[in-house]
Amino acid sequence: MSLAESDRELVVEELGREPTPAEETLFENLWSEHCAYRSSRPLLSAFESGGEQVVIGPGDDAAVVSLPSYEETEEEIYITMGIESHNHPSYVDPFDGAATGVGGIVRDTLSMGAYPIALTDSLYFGEFDREHSKYLFEGVVEGISHYGNCIGVPTVGGSVDFHPDYEGNPLVNVSCVGLLAADRLVTAVAQQPGNKLVLVGNATGRDGLGGASFASEDLAEDAETEDRPAVQVGDPYAEKLLIEANECLVEEGLIESARDLGAAGLGGASSEMVAKGGLGAHIELERVHQREPNMIALEILLAESQERMCYEVDPENVERVREIAERFDLGCSVIGEVTDGNYVCTFEDETVVDVDAHFLGEGAPMNDLETAPGPEPDVDLPETDLETAFEAVVSSPNTASKRWVYRQYDHEVGVRTSVGPGDDAAVIAIRECGTGLAISAGAAPNWTAVAPEAGAQAVALENATNLAAKGATPLAAVDCLNGGNPEKPAVYGGFKGIVDGLAAMCERLSVPVVGGNVSLYNDSVSGPIPPTPTLAMVGTKAGYDAPPAAVEPAGTLLLVGDDALESGSFALGGSEYLARVGGSDRFPGLPDEPAAFVETLAAVADDESTLATHDVSHGGLAVSLAEMVTESAGLAVSLPEGVDPAGALFHEGTGRALVQTTDPEGVAEAFDGVAPVVELGEATGDGRLVIDAGDEQLAATAAEIGHFRSCIEAALE
Amino acid sequence: MGTVTVSIVRFGGSNCDRDAEAALSHLGIDAEIVWHEDGLPAETTGVVLPGGFSYGDYLRAGAMAARSPILDEVREAAADGVPVLGVCNGAQVGCESGLTEGVFTTNRSARFQCEPVYLRVERADTPWTAAYEEGEVIEVPIAHGEGRYEITDERLEELESSGRVLFRYCDADGEVSEAANPNGSKHNVAGVLGEYETVAVLMPHPERATLPDVGGTDGQGILRGFAD
Repeated sequence: MSLAESDRELVVEELGREPTPAEETLFENLWSEHCAYRSSRPLLSAFESGGEQVVIGPGDDAAVVSLPSYEETEEEIYITMGIESHNHPSYVDPFDGAATGVGGIVRDTLSMGAYPIALTDSLYFGEFDREHSKYLFEGVVEGISHYGNCIGVPTVGGSVDFHPDYEGNPLVNVSCVGLLAADRLVTAVAQQPGNKLVLVGNATGRDGLGGASFASEDLAEDAETEDRPAVQVGDPYAEKLLIEANECLVEEGLIESARDLGAAGLGGASSEMVAKGGLGAHIELERVHQREPNMIALEILLAESQERMCYEVDPENVERVREIAERFDLGCSVIGEVTDGNYVCTFEDETVVDVDAHFLGEGAPMNDLETAPGPEPDVDLPETDLETAFEAVVSSPNTASKRWVYRQYDHEVGVRTSVGPGDDAAVIAIRECGTGLAISAGAAPNWTAVAPEAGAQAVALENATNLAAKGATPLAAVDCLNGGNPEKPAVYGGFKGIVDGLAAMCERLSVPVVGGNVSLYNDSVSGPIPPTPTLAMVGTKAGYDAPPAAVEPAGTLLLVGDDALESGSFALGGSEYLARVGGSDRFPGLPDEPAAFVETLAAVADDESTLATHDVSHGGLAVSLAEMVTESAGLAVSLPEGVDPAGALFHEGTGRALVQTTDPEGVAEAFDGVAPVVELGEATGDGRLVIDAGDEQLAATAAEIGHFRSCIEAALE
Repeated sequence: MGTVTVSIVRFGGSNCDRDAEAALSHLGIDAEIVWHEDGLPAETTGVVLPGGFSYGDYLRAGAMAARSPILDEVREAAADGVPVLGVCNGAQVGCESGLTEGVFTTNRSARFQCEPVYLRVERADTPWTAAYEEGEVIEVPIAHGEGRYEITDERLEELESSGRVLFRYCDADGEVSEAANPNGSKHNVAGVLGEYETVAVLMPHPERATLPDVGGTDGQGILRGFAD
């Protein structure tokens, strides 16, 4: 890849001369789709990113949100939220590609002055029964496990989906939450001419050259061999040292501004910092500590060697920064200083870059691309036997237990994990302010493949429902928008659909979308991926307890929010059921009062009469019921008379939950005028799920369900 | 502030040091994190070798940390009767440094495993287990990729006959079985004593089973070994 001719003309016009080779490569990378969001930025204004809780919205390394306090605190407590994709690297080299994705998002957290406290991973692969999918899946999980465990940040949640259209292009979307007291906040906005720029961390080598532009084109057939040099190799030990060194630097107040070195390396980080401050810099590239001999200016400027941070430091604090770096065995070099002129890089006294930082960062023209609507699905429903369908859906890798995955992640380090992976949402104890922080992350490829816009709305509502099922009220979200080649109108139309859908539902739920990441060109010889809007949403509650998803042998089971069951008209489009047994249908409608539903569910979940709660979504009611049964507690439920059993059990309309309660009247009262409540049955003591559906009956023991749900473990152990 | 100050030794790559501090503090035991290069403070009345990935586990889990100068001080303190507890990576350091016998090596699954396990308390007359009954079953989580206990048959027999096996993996009923062995440890050994009863190492994390707001409290008794 090289700088496009039209871009080059703009650069020549701005500079009044031909760019140097280093400048040309810098523009190529910083004006790439990956860095400049040229095809997506025109759409992103759809998102509402403000709110009184929002301290820093989109545009910095991570967003910053103020937490509500449920205890008296000395100062305000903030969290950071960030999300990043590492899709192409994870295809070429699943272990290192995924590992370095974790490293990048953690450093985005550090550069805001925060300490990382939780990670989530949303992973998307081709069909599970394909050997290549399994190879990528195992490698990615191992890479995340290796890196995340070693740096001591718990991986508390996420999602795993399999869909044939990820065959040639898997997705790895990692999000990180960090914690800080208000007075520790640092931003990427350079503050003052004369301050020094200090590079701390690993030495710079030739690894990861051109990663940003590699992420901005389709994956070629030979990508696994051809593009390996563009994938960086992670060193979690160095990252852990960087986390602790950063903690000391922040605690001692030594940092004026900070940015992680990610895409486009030192050139990207340093130019963006000074551009944000309306300033310039003079960087002497030969001062960068290097790992390899004879590196040229362009390599030093653009290498994406991992585990490096760029700090703006007051000259009088430079020595102390150096001491702290040395204590943690980290390299440290003073590479230059902030100026009020251009962004200038010299190498052994020769000027290799001399451009306006703002032009470099913001000058890329936006693409005005065509969109085309996707086809409306036909209605073509299969004839299936209920028992066969139940087994097929409950034993699908998409709805199956992900224990094989999260058992490999340290999800408890930090001793804050009150509810870990495997439930609707994780709950993290923020003892600093008595706040339970619930986290849910994921998307639903089946939904957005059928209906990008409505499917994305459903994704947003489903994540909010996950939080509410654990008693938390949504606070904020970050998104990772993954799409195919935007130059194809139908692909770009689908991408626009997921943007608009997420934006619309988040606005209805009053959840500001405070940051995100866009990954386009997820296209390969096997075609584009389904448009995939991974959302990581957090919510809060008083205290850290939450009702479990598993039932106790007591009380009544209620289904709340199932408008389709109420009307008897089901839409099965996007369901796991149709994915398994074949056929197509319209995508389900969305509830009228999603915000009131979420708020009411959160309140009901925390009521003392509530014994268990579980979101109903992927796989429909059938899967949610199956997941609630244990060896010691079962469920005996009946579907309302006359309804179509397959529709009732397998439709994936969102904004629904199962509530097991000792006070069904109280729950019905709470949802009065908000959402329908249907009494499905009773909990039993025999560990069996029994569903009466008209003339038919479905029955399965906890052991049988456990067997169906363990298909991932069974295939990989 | 209590009169007891436990030193939690932080190496580069330690990551359960703050957790140990939080858990000890919850129990009213004063503790501080000590950077390995700074050496043990003179007033140290207990030592925790915490979990994590010291030196990135790059040579062999715990091997590099075991050869750092502060381990000489830890060994001296142990010989003077100062209680020393190695947890997870700290247990690997303990074995690598000779404080305890055997090694903890790659899990039978060859994968990292983070999950709750049951432990049977083999002896209740040590500082680490005085809060329990002999044969009691406690639930404490593991989180390791290299926790399979290995030792020669002769040495294991010697450890067993001298009562230096402290915990074994078991099922909820206390049955020590292959099915209840999460990582393939020889004779289901999860934790052992050193030459002195005041030195112990174990792979499971008692500090993760201490704070009541994030789950069980079965691990509290082990950490109370520092209280007396």
